[in-house]
Amino acid sequence: MGKLKYALFTGCTAKQSTPEQMMSTMAVAEKLDIELVELTEASCCGASHLQDYDDFLSLVLNARNIAYAEKHELTMVTICNTCQLNTAMTKHRLDNSADLKARVNEKLGEIGLEYKGTSKITHFLYAIIDDFGLDKLKEMVVTPLSQFNIAPFYGCHNIRPSELQNETHDTPENSYNPTSLDDLIIACGGMTVDYEQKNKCCGFHAELQAPKVSAILTGNAIAGAMDGNADWIVTPCPLCHLKLDTQTGHASEAIGREVSLPVLHMQQMIGLALGCPPETLGMKHHVTKVDFI
Amino acid sequence: MSTTTINTQKVNFNVFRFNADEDYLPYYEDYSMDVTSEEVVLDILNRIKWDHDGSFSYRRSCRHGICGTCAIKVNGRVTLACKESMTDMIEVFGNDLVIEPLSKKRAIKDLIIDKADFWEKHEQVTPYLDTEIDENPTAENIVTPAQADTLDEADLCIQCGACHYACPVVEISDAFMGPAAFAAAYRFEADVRDGNESRLTDVNQMGSGVWDCVKCFECADACPKEINPIEKIGKLHNMLFQSGKAESNIATRHAVGFEKSIRKNGVLDEGSLVLYSELAGVVKHVPVALKMFSKGKIVPPWGIIKSDNLDEIQKLVKSSSTAKF
Repeated sequence: MGKLKYALFTGCTAKQSTPEQMMSTMAVAEKLDIELVELTEASCCGASHLQDYDDFLSLVLNARNIAYAEKHELTMVTICNTCQLNTAMTKHRLDNSADLKARVNEKLGEIGLEYKGTSKITHFLYAIIDDFGLDKLKEMVVTPLSQFNIAPFYGCHNIRPSELQNETHDTPENSYNPTSLDDLIIACGGMTVDYEQKNKCCGFHAELQAPKVSAILTGNAIAGAMDGNADWIVTPCPLCHLKLDTQTGHASEAIGREVSLPVLHMQQMIGLALGCPPETLGMKHHVTKVDFI
Repeated sequence: MSTTTINTQKVNFNVFRFNADEDYLPYYEDYSMDVTSEEVVLDILNRIKWDHDGSFSYRRSCRHGICGTCAIKVNGRVTLACKESMTDMIEVFGNDLVIEPLSKKRAIKDLIIDKADFWEKHEQVTPYLDTEIDENPTAENIVTPAQADTLDEADLCIQCGACHYACPVVEISDAFMGPAAFAAAYRFEADVRDGNESRLTDVNQMGSGVWDCVKCFECADACPKEINPIEKIGKLHNMLFQSGKAESNIATRHAVGFEKSIRKNGVLDEGSLVLYSELAGVVKHVPVALKMFSKGKIVPPWGIIKSDNLDEIQKLVKSSSTAKF
């Protein structure tokens, strides 16, 4: 296997509210000898909200981001579930409608770009599983996380809608019984926690407009992991991370029970197992203290 | 001549039992059965009733995936019992299966639930063609295939309730209309023959409104007819903006705020988005914001790293916009 190389679509969150995610992504990529070419030209994916306002504009902007990955002739890797959803959804819709693709390319033509449909789009989690391989990762583990019960929190936009998600990666995933993140935890030497909310919604996307509903979903998720005797939660999505890490106050109030657990990004977990120094993984940027290191 | 092999395997069913007239709490009963690869979930329900306990209750009717009566949950997954093959269920969940009603808190007897909330919400969206018709028409009222396509299969809904009871917002908020009602609203709103003037505005205001969807896509995976209700919710949002009927509120400003931010920076300015969405309401976010700031999680507007080639993005926003606010 040659050196793995991807076009990295960081998304906005990794550059703003989850700096630790950006740090740990780069630290892990270096350890795994994966080359990431950052798409610094990329715009926001619209986060499913621009899509509510102006669907066509969101397609054009996401097609532009993909066109830059195509210029590098690389698979695009995302590190946010919502970026993954919106980018892969754009690809799916353009690849399945010549008319829509032509209309989008007419706009991209104005800035000298073209969407061809030649680049794959995959989340870093699936890039590691499909391309790098969990067996190989397991061999590289120097600090097995064997003393930890780790609760996987999958994040909706990596597993649903299933039909779309299963187009983007080789390893099949069932949204009602997902296994990828559990497999990653096991590869890192940890013990997985099985709980009802692991494939459920964290409430992030309705936090402003429906704060109560959103906080109950957050609270239920953390409570489920706690009841499963988890030491901490791990997630591939920075938006789930933000919700579960920073909103414990509202969540506890909403469900009438104090809930709180450290929430690690998938990259931080891998980094710990590979022996990256904690300071390179940004552990000090968490609101809920990561108290086990 | 080829022969078909029918595989049989042992499956344990943990079945929800409850009689609202007699039981204080529900309980689960175990049934262990040999299941063949030919069977669907409904066959199992029938066998429990016919071979084990005649009092076991569930709804069934057409057995052809069209009446929408037999939707239940298997290991938390909403499923139309007559359509779902046991082989698929075993492949996903293994040989221990939990059979439950669509909504445990609405259970009347075993798998039978009170679906009143579903029908009440359905009725509220004016789920029929609402138009003035000429009682003595002189020509046919023709809908072209292209016009029919705009319904995007929303008319295939069989009202089974699978999406409604898979929705986590419906589960915790009685006010939310739910994906099925919104998909029905879209189905008639998109029909060229419909003349209802208020439905689109109404869905913005009914209950907690069309905006409280958490975008989890549970409904997309739940629908046995692959209608993709969340896509229809998105289309209702788009229609509100395209028609100019969108009112200024937290949810609409939150959606519009992304365009504003992208136009300015290419990327999102997270802090400014919250401020623009909430207006004065932003004060309630201050305590969490301070904690986040102390952990280096908030970048001020002047610290945002803008996208390279921002002029391209700005040009596209200008040339490709289709909505107004």
